[in-house]
Amino acid sequence: MLNILPFLKSLLSIPGLSGYEDPVARLIQAEWQPLVDELSLSRLGSVHGFKRGAGADPRPSIMLAAHMDAIGLMVTQIEDGFLRITPIGGVDPRILPGQAVVVHATGADAKEDLPGVIVMPLARLLPPDNGNDVVDIAHLFVDVGLLPSKVASLVRVGDLVSFGAEAVEMSGEIVSGHSLDNRASVTALTLCLQELQSRSHTWDVWAVATVQEELTYGGAVTSAFQLRPDLAIAIDTTFAKGPGANGWQTFPLGKGPTFGRGPNIHSYLFKQFKELAERLEIPYATEIMPESSGTDGMAMQITAEGIPNFVLSIPIRYMHTPVEMVGLKDIQRAGRLLAEFIAGLELDFMSTITWDD
Amino acid sequence: MPVSQPTIGNAQFKLLEKLCNACAVSGDEGEVRKIVLEEVKPYADEVKVDALGNVLATKKGSGRNRPRVMLDAHMDEVGFILVADEGDGLYRFETVGGIDLRHLPGKPILVGKEHLTGVIGAKPIHLASEEELKRKPSLDSLRIDLGPSGKAKPGDWATFATKFKRIGPSIMSKAIDDRIGVATLIELVKHAPPNIDVLAAFTVQEEVGLRGAKVAAYAFDPDLAIAIDATPAYDMPKYDGSENAVYNTKLGLGPAIYIYNSSTIDDPRLVRFLKETAETEGIPYQIRQPGGGGTDAGAIQRTRAGIPAVSVSVPHRYPHSPISISRVDDWKNSLKLLHSALSRISPKLVSSQ
Repeated sequence: MLNILPFLKSLLSIPGLSGYEDPVARLIQAEWQPLVDELSLSRLGSVHGFKRGAGADPRPSIMLAAHMDAIGLMVTQIEDGFLRITPIGGVDPRILPGQAVVVHATGADAKEDLPGVIVMPLARLLPPDNGNDVVDIAHLFVDVGLLPSKVASLVRVGDLVSFGAEAVEMSGEIVSGHSLDNRASVTALTLCLQELQSRSHTWDVWAVATVQEELTYGGAVTSAFQLRPDLAIAIDTTFAKGPGANGWQTFPLGKGPTFGRGPNIHSYLFKQFKELAERLEIPYATEIMPESSGTDGMAMQITAEGIPNFVLSIPIRYMHTPVEMVGLKDIQRAGRLLAEFIAGLELDFMSTITWDD
Repeated sequence: MPVSQPTIGNAQFKLLEKLCNACAVSGDEGEVRKIVLEEVKPYADEVKVDALGNVLATKKGSGRNRPRVMLDAHMDEVGFILVADEGDGLYRFETVGGIDLRHLPGKPILVGKEHLTGVIGAKPIHLASEEELKRKPSLDSLRIDLGPSGKAKPGDWATFATKFKRIGPSIMSKAIDDRIGVATLIELVKHAPPNIDVLAAFTVQEEVGLRGAKVAAYAFDPDLAIAIDATPAYDMPKYDGSENAVYNTKLGLGPAIYIYNSSTIDDPRLVRFLKETAETEGIPYQIRQPGGGGTDAGAIQRTRAGIPAVSVSVPHRYPHSPISISRVDDWKNSLKLLHSALSRISPKLVSSQ
């Protein structure tokens, strides 16, 4: 198996908040350059990697979408050297106090990113009803350790704030860091492209690293419209079992990816993936998605005249915290499943799709 | 013989970095103790490790009638101790020292002597109820997670995995409380003025009840004592823009001299002496706002038949959290004030006559 750790770790240490994915997009483009036939950016900034199929024209195409954007924060006010912040995406207020961050400063004198920390004022500095429980994000600050005059010349309202925790390796082939949602899936998608280098496939493949999933699915909806694939697969992260998370929505960490089942997933594709995994002896779990998958798959399925969609997910612990955990094996399994599925697609696959009934 | 003046340069920053990055929760101070012993042994006349693990270093002066001055800085930091192995790399833990549990979710952690990488996670926001997202987490709901094949055992200590950073005018680190005091005291041992005997106590277990200082003070039986610690600066804006009048200390205003807190009424003679020293030498200082909290001075003051004691502290924001911030100038001025004061101590300072 190819060593995906260096690329994953570089993905986890580069910014790319929703709407501002440029840094991570460039890293992905560099990694995909040798793996695809054509590389381009969508009008909203999603990375489109095109790998031509071996079948005769006109060939069907499949779009694999993994969102590359990450959640984070934005500066709303500067007060006596302290920065007030607002969340970009589903930021959990419970994990913020004491959190290391990086302020991407753009002020007049700014030359580099500023390390900082999110801080929680004492109860007596807060509204009477907010002091002793989880403090509203509106009352938290970022402190960058600089004097107020310096902060004023370096930081501007609207500057982005990324989480600063470094990616770390843990026992049992686990990596922890922020933005594993969804850079783990970008890594799996990259692995799929690598595997396809030595496999023949009749279909065209669009590997897409989408923008703005965490807010609007804006990348997936526009790229699916532009590329008009015949099939679409969203690769995203799901909840791993762990402290406080043991319900039916959770899956063992490092014990295989999950296959979505529900209205957002075409049941024929679900069946195909199940059979494929069983044939390859790759462990998986069925993830019930009763209404929404909460992934790019939501957008792709209802694009244009509609696209049969599948959702492949990688379980991670502590989603939307800077200490998310993923099993490297699950990333490898997801990448391999995608490659095997694509390699197995016959040119007439679309005419074989049937319903359960 | 001129008194050698301590300064803070690259070597001192490196030492502070090493001290801050060391893991030494109350009861497990070994890593810091090792560094302290290495640093002070070449300079002290006598160094010993006592029954609790305090490092007691004596540096004798050279004149006659030398006051015996105890200088104290605690080596321990707040942290965690694993209490139960639940399998799969998950551990229940307890806090050691005063930690606000709101600082724990979503933080990287170092566990045990090998500094194993762990995290304290949080139930995903997507699965948490509105109520859970608002309530302070209970210790019962939190785990230290080392990964599925993580090998630690109950009784292992753990700390925040923050790496020391120097940024412009500031230091960002865990455990500034009280590694900045330890670093200061090391410099004072290295540059001890000859008019006094310096009795340096690098103490254990301050964060769990000023325990090391108590026995160190008994052993040294000094004429007077100064506790060197880090004190909170709560100098942040108030939510409604009104004046924040209760801030304890402020960054950048210099060393904080304690006069009154829940563990001590600092010796008024020593408080006056420190203020006079600062004013004469033109060293900025601030009075730490009287109120709760405490330092080793409280334990020292009431040892034996009583020991005049005072606290001088370096202000730091966000105490007992993963990342605290101090100003370099406050550290420099704290060292300067302490060294100037030591050089000016005469036997009359605290004589009962």
